[in-house]
Amino acid sequence: MAATFSLPPLPWPADSLASKGMSAEQIDFHYNKHHKGYVTKLNAAAEKRPELRGKSVMDLIQAKDATYNLASQIWNHTFFWNCLSPNGGGAPTGAAKQAIERDFGSFDKMKKQFSDAAGGHFGSGWAWLVQDKNNRLKVHQTHDAGNPIPDGLKPVLTCDVWEHAFYIDYRNDKAKYVNSFWNMVNWDFVNAQLANSRL
Amino acid sequence: MNTVKRTVSRAFMARSFGMPPLPYEYSELAPVISAETLSFHYDKHHTGYFNKLTAHAESKRPDLKGKSYEDMVVDQEKFVQNQAGQIYNHDFYWKSMSGTGGGEPTGALAAKIAEDFGSFGEFKSQFQAAVGAHFGSGWVWLVQDKLNKKLAIMQTHDAGTPIADPNLQPIITCDAWEHAFYIDYRNDKPKYAEAYFKIVNWDFAAKNYIA
Repeated sequence: MAATFSLPPLPWPADSLASKGMSAEQIDFHYNKHHKGYVTKLNAAAEKRPELRGKSVMDLIQAKDATYNLASQIWNHTFFWNCLSPNGGGAPTGAAKQAIERDFGSFDKMKKQFSDAAGGHFGSGWAWLVQDKNNRLKVHQTHDAGNPIPDGLKPVLTCDVWEHAFYIDYRNDKAKYVNSFWNMVNWDFVNAQLANSRL
Repeated sequence: MNTVKRTVSRAFMARSFGMPPLPYEYSELAPVISAETLSFHYDKHHTGYFNKLTAHAESKRPDLKGKSYEDMVVDQEKFVQNQAGQIYNHDFYWKSMSGTGGGEPTGALAAKIAEDFGSFGEFKSQFQAAVGAHFGSGWVWLVQDKLNKKLAIMQTHDAGTPIADPNLQPIITCDAWEHAFYIDYRNDKPKYAEAYFKIVNWDFAAKNYIA
């Protein structure tokens, strides 16, 4: 039987972020075991529940389906990989630069707030930069598999702070991992999210 | 690994609410749990929670000194609940394991497990399944209801702990946070759950059990 849900490919080679602080091994486990594992489990659920077939993972998230955790982790991880790039890092550009300066005062201030949120999150979860209903950028946290979209927030950037995201490379040093994240941020993707209409 | 940490750990005992040392050497639980895992887990994670709670008590909450963990895990501040819960849970976890552990329980506890689960094998399967199934960070416990004496498997999320309920007696626990198994098992949590049963300290469990 053909799988209903698929695992999108990584946007870049698995070893291309190593020089920026995310090793090939870290990415291999994260993508091929965790991200792929959620897809496998969701497809297993779809075998037993025909009504899931033809739905998108965002449909399942919005519907708060029983498979929410799986669907949301699939969506969140796909978004996360796209937030990173071997050509990423540096300061924000374009609309992102303007919005960040307008809503936080400076990139450094946003970076500190986001890093504090990521570093301070207790347990498994995600740190986000989101656009709220008034189109203002805010730092947001979700716990476990949480996704901001059903709350009316449009994600523009995320950092995975489940321990599996950093334990191979950084062990307990989450702060060091979050610091390295800034070397890889794909500002083109962030700008594309800002330009997109809401889901 | 060196044994200096044990002396450092004893120094913690002198602080306010106290933090017990690791009950054994870092190498005690190998190969099920490596010395590397134990050193990160105790020295960084467990000790980290203790340091944070101590700093908080010193700067903002002097009332915490002298409080029991039972009180702190139901504190008005979520931060206190989280740190205290994790300090308590980790201590209970170390004690739940031993390098000479494994096998099966005996005596009254063994009989009660058979009574409440059907068999030890059935209990073990259910416990391992709970570890594998727990989504996100958390703990799996064998607990006993103090009133009706019944045993049950309980999952707590994040820093959650059965001692928040005065009616529950914890018997053993398994840490299901990723930091507990990622060095040795990577994503293979079911393999970790299976290996955990090779080192369960049934003597500790028997001491906790209310006959």
